[in-house]
Amino acid sequence: MFRKLDVWSFLSLFIIILYTLFLVYPLFQILSNAFSDLDGAFSLMWFDRFFSQRYYLQTLLNSFSVTFWVTIVTMVLGYPLAYFYNMYEIRFKGFLQVVIILCAMSAPFVGAYAWIQLLGRAGIITSFLRDTTGFNAMPTIYGFNGIVLVLSLQLFPLVFLYISGALKKIDNSLIEASANLGVSGIRRFFRVIIPLTMPTVFAAALLVSMRAFSDFGTPVLIGEGYRVFTVEIYNQFLGETGRNYNFAAAISVIAIVITSSIFLAQKILSDKFSFTMNSVNSIERKKAKGLFNVGIHVYSYGIVFLAYLPQILIFYQSFQRTSGKIFIPGFSLDSYRTAFQRLPRAIPNTFYIGGIALLITIIIAVFIAYLVVRRKNVVNTTIDTLSMIPFIIPGAVVAIGLIMGFNTGILVLTGTVTIMVIGLVIRRIPYTIRSSIAILQQIPITIEEAAISLGAGKMKTFFQITIPMMASGVIAGAILSWVTIITELATAIILFNVRSTTLTLAIYTFVIRGSYGLAAAMATVLSALTVISLLIYMRVTKSGEITL
Amino acid sequence: MSVNIKIRNAIKRYGANTVISGLSLDIKEGEFFTLLGPSGCGKTTLLRMIAGFNTIEGGDFYFNENRINDLDPAKRNIGMVFQNYAIFPHLTVFKNVSFGLKNRKYEKQQLTEQTLKFLELMQIEAYKDRLPEFLSGGQQQRVALARALVIQPAVLLMDEPLSNLDAKLRVEMRTVIKDIQMNVGITTVYVTHDQEEAMAISDRIAIMKEGVIQHIGSPKDIYQRPANLFVAQFIGSTNVVNGRLNVDSNGAFLQLQEGVPIPLSNVASGVGSQDVIVSIRPEEMEISTDTQSGIDGVVENYQFLGLNTIYFIRMFGNRRLEIVQESTIDNIIQPGTKVSLHLKSEKINVFNTDGSVNLLNGVNNDLHIEDTHVS
Repeated sequence: MFRKLDVWSFLSLFIIILYTLFLVYPLFQILSNAFSDLDGAFSLMWFDRFFSQRYYLQTLLNSFSVTFWVTIVTMVLGYPLAYFYNMYEIRFKGFLQVVIILCAMSAPFVGAYAWIQLLGRAGIITSFLRDTTGFNAMPTIYGFNGIVLVLSLQLFPLVFLYISGALKKIDNSLIEASANLGVSGIRRFFRVIIPLTMPTVFAAALLVSMRAFSDFGTPVLIGEGYRVFTVEIYNQFLGETGRNYNFAAAISVIAIVITSSIFLAQKILSDKFSFTMNSVNSIERKKAKGLFNVGIHVYSYGIVFLAYLPQILIFYQSFQRTSGKIFIPGFSLDSYRTAFQRLPRAIPNTFYIGGIALLITIIIAVFIAYLVVRRKNVVNTTIDTLSMIPFIIPGAVVAIGLIMGFNTGILVLTGTVTIMVIGLVIRRIPYTIRSSIAILQQIPITIEEAAISLGAGKMKTFFQITIPMMASGVIAGAILSWVTIITELATAIILFNVRSTTLTLAIYTFVIRGSYGLAAAMATVLSALTVISLLIYMRVTKSGEITL
Repeated sequence: MSVNIKIRNAIKRYGANTVISGLSLDIKEGEFFTLLGPSGCGKTTLLRMIAGFNTIEGGDFYFNENRINDLDPAKRNIGMVFQNYAIFPHLTVFKNVSFGLKNRKYEKQQLTEQTLKFLELMQIEAYKDRLPEFLSGGQQQRVALARALVIQPAVLLMDEPLSNLDAKLRVEMRTVIKDIQMNVGITTVYVTHDQEEAMAISDRIAIMKEGVIQHIGSPKDIYQRPANLFVAQFIGSTNVVNGRLNVDSNGAFLQLQEGVPIPLSNVASGVGSQDVIVSIRPEEMEISTDTQSGIDGVVENYQFLGLNTIYFIRMFGNRRLEIVQESTIDNIIQPGTKVSLHLKSEKINVFNTDGSVNLLNGVNNDLHIEDTHVS
């Protein structure tokens, strides 16, 4: 019955066309630019330039270094936190988890500029130490240290969420069995718990290293002389001096090769370590005793406080009075007033652009999930593969591809709201597709067959049965997508213009101009949006369980 | 408006793997027909071919005289009950049951009447405004059945509908299903791997193995005169022992390893002397503590099951037999006791050495269809 052409076949075709136009074609543009000299002839000169000049190569080495250390640090911070959180009774653990999730959801560069406020040359803590104790040997926050600090505090919640998920899948009987066999305490941690969560450790490491490698906002603000790869792409493409599209394209190609390698390495590793667990009874939290109990509380709350400190600072600063760009004693709402006056479109744009992007993402993702799960064939498997590509492409590269593809020719989109929406959809859609596929796989196909055997047509079945059954899962996923869309910077920074400024871009602009009060006001609005979204999410799913 | 179902030379392939090769079958109008077999025997595959959810690689499927191979599953007028019930979780019981009527564009009043009628029939009208998640497994099963029947389908297909229920409910629901089916008089094809369930519920059973039907017959036929050794072993439990059949002018005698020749009166004509495999069900032997006649053995162990007691008997040829006796108020025969066994020779079955043919009279097998091709 599936051999005939039907509505779904046309939908497959339509989606293939969309992907070809907005993903394959831009990537092709990047490739052809990367391998052409200025006259358009085939050339490897840009790669030669990159690898032969220490200056460029260093950016790559720096990015690797940052990625490596951020992955290690997030693991060291996040794993014990997840372990304590799931194995022992932590006071107010619900609250703790919400704050951890909020840390993960904040825009990374906001953390960067907040930490500059705290530990920078004129930072609050730096000045305080200097003035009170004369301590002047504070290690610099700029460069490598700062990037690793900010990204680690930003990304360790991902490790926490992943590892928590894995720990919940461990059956309590495994813990009891190991105790029964004489393995407990720290030995159990290393010999039972860690091996059981190894596949998840790799998955989390992949996610963290992808994010760390592709992050743009943090190094650009706090990196100063420490040049990393993503910033170099941006500079080559939009920099004030010496723009070079071909060179930017070549660096983009190198970036894709690297992220693909990380992705493949992770896949090979996790396949090697993979096994399935069925948990009937999850691990019961125990009450820790004495000093150990104090220790795990200090650890958990300490880290979460550090990670959330930027948000607190920004919230505080947004109500501080300013004179020009300098904070002065006293409180007012002037920063909010001025910020709204300067960039009145930022908030409406955030809802408008973000909303459209979200809607398109969901619609396409649900259709693709259906095609991939229920209509397995060559075309739809191709769509599945295509849909995963954006996952391994840094945001800046997506943007550059779109600009190269739609700067001239029949379809000119550069500088429009449309191109922003397309960029955001491409960035977000792999995640939404994955979660939609997971939801659909939970729905037995017999339910759809029941509808068909009761006389409902294919479309009717899809809209009356499949969609309503997917709805709650999709809506939950959509709320999380919404948060990542409104905090997205790497793609938007290259695609935006005055008309399509969003909240995130407004914050970035104010930070770059040094208008920290205005930035703080906008960042607080963004945080509030995030908190509200999270609360809605928790209402919808009736739980605090979150996977990103 | 029930139909009969004719299947001729059905072929099902998954890639290069042929699951069903040239299967033919007649299902009578209004009958309760069960496809029974171990998992992987192709029974569900065949059912889903009838329903239209599996492609048909070859052969013809007919409802009465209408070939349905290329008919859209939505238009086959089939009621289907799935193993996991496949209840729409976001619709109330009433909306679940009326879903099919809505698609058939029933008027509101008629739709409500018809739906309520079947909700009542299945005794679930009290739950009509509930969501399925608040129903027990048995109640969900009733919803599924009501939903399948309310559209007055030509055929009712059921795919292991009771396998998710606990033992007691399973027995209760199979009675419900049988009663309803008789009541409505609809042609029903039922798939199960539970032989007791199949026996209890079916008019006729087809035993399948590796995509091939072994035996089609009434539960009684299949149990008492299985067409081959596989059927004998699959239905119920049985002791399988080697023996020798001697046929001469005095008649046929079965010689087991132990004991004297046993006369058999029902050997099929034309069967000569040969080595045979004998299937003796646990209830087809009697134990006696009088060791003067019969086959000698020693009680090795027993299981007291209430109604019956199972004895495990070690024979001198070192074979172990399982024998069922009705439990008596007297003492159970203790392990170590020497006993003798008497065969109920009219009940046992005798097969050729590869187990493919039952050598006795009285095998009723509807497998062989006369008019193999319908034009």
